[in-house]
Amino acid sequence: MPPAVPAGRDLRLDLFRGLALWLIFLDHIPSNMVSWVTIRNYGFSDATEIFVFISGYTAAFVYGREMDNRGFLVASARILKRTWQIYVAHIFLFVIYMAEIAYVAASFDNPLYSEEMGILNFLKQPDVTMVQAMLLKFKPANMDVLPLYIILLGGFPPMLWLLLRNATVALAASVTLYGLVWWFDWNFPAYPSGTWVFNPMAWQLLFVFGAWCALGGAQRLSKVARSQPVFWLAVGYLVFAFCITMTWYFPRLAGYVPRWFSEWMYPIDKTNLDVLRFAHFVALAILTLRYVPRDWAPLTWPVMRPAILCGQHSLEIFCLGVFLAFVGHFAMVEISDGIAMQVAISVLGIVVMVATAALISWYKNIEGKKAPRQATPNADLAGGEA
Amino acid sequence: MRTLIAGVCAAVLAGFAGPALAADEGACYVAGGLVHTDFALPHTAAAIERKHVSVVVLGSASSTLPGAEGAAKAYPARLQDSLSRRLGADVTVKVVARTKARDTASEMVKALRQVVADDKPDLVVWQTGTVDAMLGVDPDEFQAALGNGLDALHAGNADAVFVNMQYSPRTDSMISLGAYVDAMRFVALQREIPLFDRLGVMKDWNEMGVFDLSTATKKIDVAEKVHDCIGRMLARLVVDGAVLAKTNVTGAGNADVLNKDNH
Repeated sequence: MPPAVPAGRDLRLDLFRGLALWLIFLDHIPSNMVSWVTIRNYGFSDATEIFVFISGYTAAFVYGREMDNRGFLVASARILKRTWQIYVAHIFLFVIYMAEIAYVAASFDNPLYSEEMGILNFLKQPDVTMVQAMLLKFKPANMDVLPLYIILLGGFPPMLWLLLRNATVALAASVTLYGLVWWFDWNFPAYPSGTWVFNPMAWQLLFVFGAWCALGGAQRLSKVARSQPVFWLAVGYLVFAFCITMTWYFPRLAGYVPRWFSEWMYPIDKTNLDVLRFAHFVALAILTLRYVPRDWAPLTWPVMRPAILCGQHSLEIFCLGVFLAFVGHFAMVEISDGIAMQVAISVLGIVVMVATAALISWYKNIEGKKAPRQATPNADLAGGEA
Repeated sequence: MRTLIAGVCAAVLAGFAGPALAADEGACYVAGGLVHTDFALPHTAAAIERKHVSVVVLGSASSTLPGAEGAAKAYPARLQDSLSRRLGADVTVKVVARTKARDTASEMVKALRQVVADDKPDLVVWQTGTVDAMLGVDPDEFQAALGNGLDALHAGNADAVFVNMQYSPRTDSMISLGAYVDAMRFVALQREIPLFDRLGVMKDWNEMGVFDLSTATKKIDVAEKVHDCIGRMLARLVVDGAVLAKTNVTGAGNADVLNKDNH
C-alpha cells in the first residue's frame, strides 16, 4: 500500500530552509565576521545539510503526490523540468563568476599575488573551461551546491517510485549506496583535477532520508525521536560536537582530546557526508522536532515571515545569495573591509533576499489569480518548491 | 622536577628574549599567538649548537618576488638575515630557496626527496597549498602528499616547518582554501610540525591596517615589506622551535646558545 502523502503546508520547512539560505549566504562571503553566527562554527554539520534534507523532503512531498495522482511519467517529467531550471541557474551563476574573474584579470595587478592570479588561467582557455563547466566538472569556489542538487533531483524519479512502493527498501538502497561510496571511494571527477566537493552519491543519503521522512517515515520515527533517552542522547552529542569544534578555534584545547580519539575521528569528511555530520544533523532535527511543533504559534508571527518567504522560493533566493556574496565581497575589497562594512553587507544582503522573495510571492499571486483553475497541484502551495 | 625547571627556564628566556625579538619584528607585530609553536625542532637545535644551520625553503611562486632584486627581498633571504641576527655572528646560517611556480604538494614531494639528498638540510620550510587549491586537487590527496613529504624529511634527519597560503583579499572568493588550510593544520598537529600560519598573519596585518593587501599596484614596496616581515616572523618560529627542543632535553643551560643576541 502506498504511504499517504500528508496534506497541508508545513511552515517549519520553509522557515528552516529560509534560515539555511541566509546562513549559506553569510558563509559564502569570505572573511566575514558575521559568519561567526552560523551553525557550522558550533558543530559538525552546517546549513548545507539542512538545505539538502529539506529539499529531499519537499521533493518527495510535491512530486510524490504528483506520482500518486498522475503516474510515473508525468511526475518524472516535472522533476526533470525542475532539474533543468536548476541547471540553467547554475550556468547563470557561472557566467557571473567568469565576469568577476575577468574583471579582476583586467584591473588587478600586485607583485605579491602572481601565484594567486594563476586562477585567471581559466580565462586563457575559454573553450575548455566553458565546456567543463557545462558538464558540471569545472565548479568554481562556492558553486558546488547546485550541481549536487542537479544530480540529486535528476536521479530522483526512480528513487521516488521505489519510495512510494516500499519506503524501507528505498532507504536501505540509499544507505547501501552510501556505504559502497565509503568502501570503494567512489566520486565524480572534477576539472582541472580532483573530484566533486559534495559527492552526490554520498549526499543522496540525506536527500533520500528527507524524502523518506516526508512519505511517512517521520511518523514512524516520531515515537523514537520524541523519547526521553533519544532526546538526551541528541543533547549530549551536540554538546560533544560543540566541544570538539572549540578545539579548532582554540588549538590549546586540542590537548584535551585523546590522540587515539582524534585519529579515529579526523578528518570529518564533508565531501562524503561524514557519519558524524549526518548524526549532528539528526541530533539538531530531534531538538527541533521537540521545540518547534508543526503548529508552533510563532510560525505565524510576522517576524518569521521573512525567513519563511525566502524558504518558499529557495532556488531563486539561493542563486541570489551566491550572487550577493560575490557582490558583497567585491564591495568589501573595493570600498572597505572593516567590521562595520561586513555587518552592513550581511544585513543588506539578507534584506535584498527577503525583498526579492516577497516580490516573487507577489508576482506568483498575481499570476495565480489570472489562471485560477490550474489543473496540476501547485508545488508552491504544497509546501514550498522542491 | 625537570619539567618544572624547563618551565621556569622557558619563562626566564621569554622574559629576556621579549624585547630583543620584538625589536627585530618592528611593524610586523601580530596580535595574539598567531606565530606560535608547541612543537620542537631538534635537528635545527643540534645544528645551531654545531654553529652551522642549513635551511631549504621549498615553495611555489608565493615564496618569490619578481624583479632583479626579487631573490634578495623575498622571505627566504629575509629569513636568513633574521636568523643570523638572532643566532649571533658565530653561527652560520644558510637559507636556500628551491621554488617552482605551479607545483602541487605531490609534485613538491619529488623535489623534496632530491633536496634532502643534495642539500642535506637541517630544516625544510615547506610552503604549499595555493596551487592545490586552485587546481582543486582532492584534499585527501593533498593531505597524503604532505604526509609523504614529512616521511622523506624524517628519513633525511631534517626538521620541517609548514607555511600555508597567502591571504589574498582580491581572490578570496575565487579560490576555496578551506579544505587545504584544514589539511595542513591537521597534518601539522598530527605529526607535531610547527605551522607558520601565513594566511592568518597576513589577514591580521590587513585587518589591523599594517599592510593594505587589496590595492592594485605595480609597485613592489609593500610586497617587499610583507616578505621581510614573513621572514622575521618565520625566524622567530624557528628559534622558538629550537629553544623548545633544548628545554625539552637538557634544560636552560644550552638554550642560551640560541639567543646570542641577548647578551
